[in-house]
Order: sequence, then C-alpha cells, then structure tokens
Amino acid sequence: MIEEIGRTTEGDLIINVGPQHPATHGVLHLVITLNGETIKKVEPHLGYIHRSIEKMCESLSYRQFIYVTSRMDYLSSHINNHGCALCVEKGLQIEVPLRAQYIRVIMDELTRIASHELWWGAMAMDLGAFTPFFHAFRERETITDIMEKTCGARLTMNYMVPGGVMAELHPDFQKDVKHFIQLYKSKFEEYNELVTGNVIFQNRMKSVGVISKEDAISYGCSGPVGRASGVICDIRKLYPYDIYNKVEFDEITEKEGDSFARYVVRLKEMQQSIRIIEQLLDNIPEGDFQAKTKAVLKLPKGEFYQRVETARGELGVYIVSEGGTTPYRIKFRSPGFSNLSALEHMVKGLKIGDLVAAMGSLDLVIPDIDR
Amino acid sequence: MLNEDLKLKLTEILPTIIFEEGGEWLNAFIPPEELVSFVEQLRYSEGLDFDYLFCLTCIDWKSHFTMVYHFSSTIHRHNIVVKAKLDRNNPEIETVSDIWRTAEMLEREVYDLFGVKFLHHPDLRRLIMPDDWEGWPLRKDFEDPVNMIKL
Amino acid sequence: MFSLENITRIIHEWLNSHFNPTFALLSEFILVGLASITLFAVLGLSLVFMERKVAAVMQIRLGPNRVGPKGIFQTTADTLKLLMKEGLVPDGADKFLFTLAPFVVMIVAMLILAPIAFAKNFQIWDINIGVLYLSAVSSLSVIGILMAGWASNNKYSLLGAMRSGAQIVSYELSAGLSVLSIVVMTGSLSIRDIILSQENGWWIFKAHIPALISFVIFIIAVTAETNRAPFDMAEAESELTAGFHTEYSGMRFALFFLAEYINIFIVCAIGATLFFGGWMPLHIGHWQGFNHIMDYIPSSIWFLGKTIGLIFLIMWFRWTFPRLRIDQLLNLEWKYLLPISMFNLLLMTLVAIMGWHF
Repeated sequence: MIEEIGRTTEGDLIINVGPQHPATHGVLHLVITLNGETIKKVEPHLGYIHRSIEKMCESLSYRQFIYVTSRMDYLSSHINNHGCALCVEKGLQIEVPLRAQYIRVIMDELTRIASHELWWGAMAMDLGAFTPFFHAFRERETITDIMEKTCGARLTMNYMVPGGVMAELHPDFQKDVKHFIQLYKSKFEEYNELVTGNVIFQNRMKSVGVISKEDAISYGCSGPVGRASGVICDIRKLYPYDIYNKVEFDEITEKEGDSFARYVVRLKEMQQSIRIIEQLLDNIPEGDFQAKTKAVLKLPKGEFYQRVETARGELGVYIVSEGGTTPYRIKFRSPGFSNLSALEHMVKGLKIGDLVAAMGSLDLVIPDIDR
Repeated sequence: MLNEDLKLKLTEILPTIIFEEGGEWLNAFIPPEELVSFVEQLRYSEGLDFDYLFCLTCIDWKSHFTMVYHFSSTIHRHNIVVKAKLDRNNPEIETVSDIWRTAEMLEREVYDLFGVKFLHHPDLRRLIMPDDWEGWPLRKDFEDPVNMIKL
Repeated sequence: MFSLENITRIIHEWLNSHFNPTFALLSEFILVGLASITLFAVLGLSLVFMERKVAAVMQIRLGPNRVGPKGIFQTTADTLKLLMKEGLVPDGADKFLFTLAPFVVMIVAMLILAPIAFAKNFQIWDINIGVLYLSAVSSLSVIGILMAGWASNNKYSLLGAMRSGAQIVSYELSAGLSVLSIVVMTGSLSIRDIILSQENGWWIFKAHIPALISFVIFIIAVTAETNRAPFDMAEAESELTAGFHTEYSGMRFALFFLAEYINIFIVCAIGATLFFGGWMPLHIGHWQGFNHIMDYIPSSIWFLGKTIGLIFLIMWFRWTFPRLRIDQLLNLEWKYLLPISMFNLLLMTLVAIMGWHF
C-alpha cells in the first residue's frame, strides 16, 4: 500500500498512500514527500471515482436527477436528496406539507447519526483499535433497518423528492425509532469510556492536525471541521430550511482545531441529533406526505442555490435553468473538496502516524469529492 | 448589510459594475480584467469582509463562458454572487487563490473541466481527469464517441 | 490423584531397569525433545484459536465455527494452507539469512522452554541461574528479527525490523528490572526456589505494593517485547505494510506466526511463575486446612490456569487499545517505565531488608 515512487533532488522520499486503503475513506491517492519520517508535502490525486455526475444531470429530468445524487456522499444520502429537492422546490415555489417536513428532518438526523457512527468506527480502526468498529456498526445496523422498512433501501435511499417524500412512513416507524433512541443512550457512555477517555487515543489526537480559525475560513472548511476551529457555520442555524427553525438544538463549536476537537464535535453532534429527533418524533402532524405537483417539472429561467448541512459540512446545490425539463448546468459544492484542500496545511511537519489520525478526523468520503 | 446598501458601496468601488435583478442574492457582473482588484476590496474593506468563498464554478453559454463566484461573510452574514464574462475562444482570468486558499483546488477543477486558464495560479494542472486527457469534458460541445451515449 | 511427576518417575524407572544408564538418558533426551515439539505445535494451534474466539466475543460476533465442532480445527486448516503455499525468496535477498531467520526465532523460543516448571517436579532443566538464563536467551530473538528485516532486501522490512529491534531492546530493561525485584525477595535465581518460596502465599500478595507495581510494569514490558498491540507499530498495516515479515510466505511465515504465540505463552508462564506462584496452589499463610484443600487440585491445572489467565489479559489489551506512535512508545519506556522500575527495585529491597512483607 505504501511504496516509494521516487526521490527529489534533495534526497527526500516520495511515497504513495493509496488508492486502496485498509479502512474506508474510499479511493484516496496521496503522494507524500518525506524527509525521514517528517512530511514535507502532501498532494492528493483525485478522479478515481469521477462519474461526471454534473454532466449526467444535464440530460436527466428534475425528477430523475435525485437518484444520481444519492451516490455522491453515500453516507448521508438522504441529506443530498433533501438538498436537491429543496432547490427544485425553490425554483417552482412549491409549498411542502408540514408532515413531509417533519419526516424529512427526522430522516436527516437519523442519517447524520449513522454517518457519524461509521466515521467513529473507521477512525478508531485507523488508529489501531479494532473493536469500536463492530460496536459502531451494531448501532448503524439498527438505523439502516429502520430506513429499509420505510424507504426500501439501506444506503442510497432516493426517498426525498421535489414536493415532499416519496412514500408514507412504515407503521412501525415511531416504535422502532424510540427503541433505537433508548439503545443509543445506553451505548453512548460506552463510547466515551472505550475511546474518548482513553489516554492513548487522546495522545494520538491532541495537537495533531491543527488548523486555526482564519485558515479554516480561508480554506472553506465547513461542518465539523470548521466548527472544531471555532467557525460558526451550521447551515441548520444560519439559513434554516424545513422546520429547523422550530426545533431547539445547540451548535457545537470547539476552539483548538486539532483532531481531538473534531472528534469531540462529532460525538456531541450525535447527541444533539437525538435531541432533535426526540422533539419531533411524537408530534408528526397528519396530512399529505407529498405536495401535488405536475408530472413533468420545468424550472423557470434563472439560477437557484440551496445549501444544506450534510454530515460532512455544507453541501451546495446550484441549478442554472433555461426553462427546459432538464437543468442547463448543475454544480454541487461538495464539503469534502474544501476540507481536503486543508489537509496539506494541517500535516506539514508531522509524522506519518499523524497523517493517518488527521485524515481520519477529517471524515472524507471520496465519491463526494470526485463526484 | 442589505442589498441596497451593498449595491451603493459596490458601485463606489467599481463604477462599471452591472447588477442583475431577480435572484436570491445580489448578482454582480464585472469585467474579467477588474476581478482581482474588485475581490480584494470585497475581502478587505470595512463593512464588506467577504472572507468565505463557498462556490467557484463556470457556466458554458454556447457563445461565451461565465465565471461565477459565491462569497459570504462570516462576520456580517451577507452573501453576494460575482460573475465575469469570458471569451469562449481564449478563456483567461486571474486567480484568486492568494486571497482565498480554497480557490486553489476549485480553480484546478474548473481548468480541468472547462479549459479556463487561471493566470498566476501556483499549480495549474488537471485534477479529476487523467493527466493526459484531451478535451474539456463539461463544455457543451464535448464529444466522446466511446464513453458518451446520446439518447 | 493424577500427577505429571508420577508419569516421569515411571518412565525413568522403566528405562533404567531395562537398558543401561547412558542409553536411558539418551532416550529420555529424545522423548523430551519430542514432547516439547508436540507441546509447541499444540500450543501454537490452540492459542491462535483462542485469540480468534476472544476477539470475536469482544467484537460481538462468533469467530470461527465451521471447521470442526465449534471451529476447533480452524488453525489446523490454516497451518495446512500455509504449508502448501509457495515459499518465495525475493530476488536479491540474502538466501541463507532469509531462510535462517525464522528458525532462529523458533529455536530461541524452544530454548526458553527448558527451565519453566509446568507442574510439581516437572521441569526439563532446573538450572541454578534460571531467571538469568531466561532473560539472556530471550534477548537472542532480536537477532532473528533483524536478520529477517535485513535479508528481505526491502526498505520497509528493514525499517520495520529496526523499529521492532529498538522496541524489544528498550523494553527488556524494564522487564528485567521487574523480574529482579522478585529475585530480591526470594534470594535465588533458580525457578524451583522461587516457586517453593511462595509456599505460604504468592509474591503478589506477600510483597504487596512493590510487587504490584512490578507486575504492572512486567505486563506492559512483555506486551511490548512480543510486538503485540498496543505496541505493534512495526506491523501496523495501515502504516508500514507488515514490518519485518513482509516478504515471508508459506512455511517460513507460519514459523514466525507460531513463534509469536509461543513467545506470548512463555512470557505469561514466566509472569505466572514469578508473581503468582507457578504450579504452587493458593496458600494463605499457615492455614493448614485451607492449604490442604487447595492442594487437591493438581499443580499442572494451577499452572495452566494462571498462564491462560495472563494470556487472556494480554489478548484483552490488543482488542481494546489503539496503537501508540513509535516515538510515544519509546518515550513511555525511557522516560516513565525505566525510572519507575528502578525506584521500585529500591523499594522492594527496602521491604526485603526491613521485613515489611508477609
């Protein structure tokens, strides 16, 4: 997996990390220049999973392109779909029924928890502890089972459509989610004991991969990466969509900007998601789950931008329409792209072991970056 | 700052600015030669402080290109969209990567997919496509008989 | 009651009554050799299986359960597979050293087996410098590791072997000092004397605080010496391929693999002997009745139980903690463990002189 591919003129070693990785991350290829064990330069090579989604969407209708966007950041696929649906609704000025809004927010938060669980297991595995991976997947399986009953799929859900959601909730939904919340609360203490409080983990994550607040803003970091450096960038609070302006939750920020701060931010975000779900679960109003829309959607001429908060950061959906049935140009502003550009700044001067910890704490999903 | 005040302030900085109506945010068209001086003012002047570049892209209108920059301010919480029209046969524009570091990779992506040259960019080469790829994929006239299927 | 020393006594008498003494001695050598090789094979297989099952239980899954009843033949199947694989020697590798390295590691493991007492009067060789012999011979395994790294003709194997070598040599100091603190209490280096001195209670209870500190340092040091997690940076897959045994395949890899588990058994056996009394049952002072009841359980069961308990502890570490970075690892030894163990040795000596132990 690590092999030397050359030497620079000063005798520094150039090695490859990837594109195949033992732990998730996807196909990330980094070319690192090392002086002994110290990193001097990190260069990501992208494009191994580029499927030209943006060009594909130019020939898909506004109802069809939702299916393709689930596959961008597949760990938070509901939120991707949500963003695209919201953008189309913004263009057509559709009013989404209240029931659909509640369902969308609950599904979003469940997806956020599932994505952070996988991140937690994979990060612990990168650092060498193999057990948390299995514990994390046990919780994630409960969530994907809930999703499967309602949406029919476990990973790429395609559930949110322009106008609302595609189908009615499964009758067991509320019971299952309540059971999950109880299970989760009892396990969260275990997570803190097993990983967060462990001295070895803390020593490997503290002061590793520090990025200051100004640098985070300059590199465009959003989501937990930005918030760990003190940037206030939670889209759910700044530009609320659906009913986020009616639920109470905290935006978690830390000041240090190192890997441990990013870790703590994500762990606390999981708790806030549980808080949101608890507020909404018992109060889902009756009504339609989808607004009545025309069969063929045509956005008026113009440009529409919608931002949503995925588990990784700010996803932007920018649709340029010429009035036809397919978009003229779609641009997806992916959070992982900007977070990855900060990687070199973070790890310059550190050792290879620190690169692994910093990469794990950034929570990169490469299909999101390559699109 | 409200849109009206922004309009006044920006017209002060660059008199040749044109505003487009009917968008969610203020859309400003500027000539491409003025880009760097204009965005420097956006970044550093009092009251504007647009320190967050969150989207950088290009649109291929078949007769010309339009570069689109979305800025936001973490201090005042206002947003603006800056657009510049480029000539399709020779698309060139100055880089903004020394003001916002995120532009480095975003501009590489635009170069890779559209062929827009960014002057004084520290490292302009292909990002997503293989290094020896011919052609600019996201342009409207891009033909690839092997990989593209026309319905 | 079943006891291993009876078996050896019967065999010894039978051989001596039927053949002349030299021949009897020679055949005893051969028998002991065969027995230790069998022990190794059985130990290696069972320990690997135990590790996989323990890991599975901690990770809420089942572990191997297909091959044989409850999966007990899994390791046999794995060893057969390794034997049938092609044993490659990389181009440009030093062929002699490359082939010799796994054997050096294996031989060292077998040599250390000699002074360990498995049951009452069931010891291959009760040498009067038992503990010193153990420390000295276990240091030789570093040579095997460095040989493997060098002879592979692979930059990353060499790096991994250097790291392993540095780690093992550093942690031997702390392990040696912990062992020495028990020797101070016993007054003798011979294994038999150490066990017999625990007749009225195990050292971990008799020499309370210093022995506890010694034990903790000993366990940490031997986990590092055997290259087990959390100290397995030299073989971490996500960082440096597989360390010094990257280029090995087939039978040679099987030898390294088995030798690692034998080493774990041996260091746990040493730990059990020094701190928990080896084959000595749990006696409390002079409570005759209690001691008499404890004596009913055969000594070999006591020994096995304690060793397996310590092995379980070491396996528990692997599946709970993440890895330490190489500089944190060496920091831990030179800046923390070594000063603490030196201070502890002084403390133990003070306790021994003043008689502040039970």
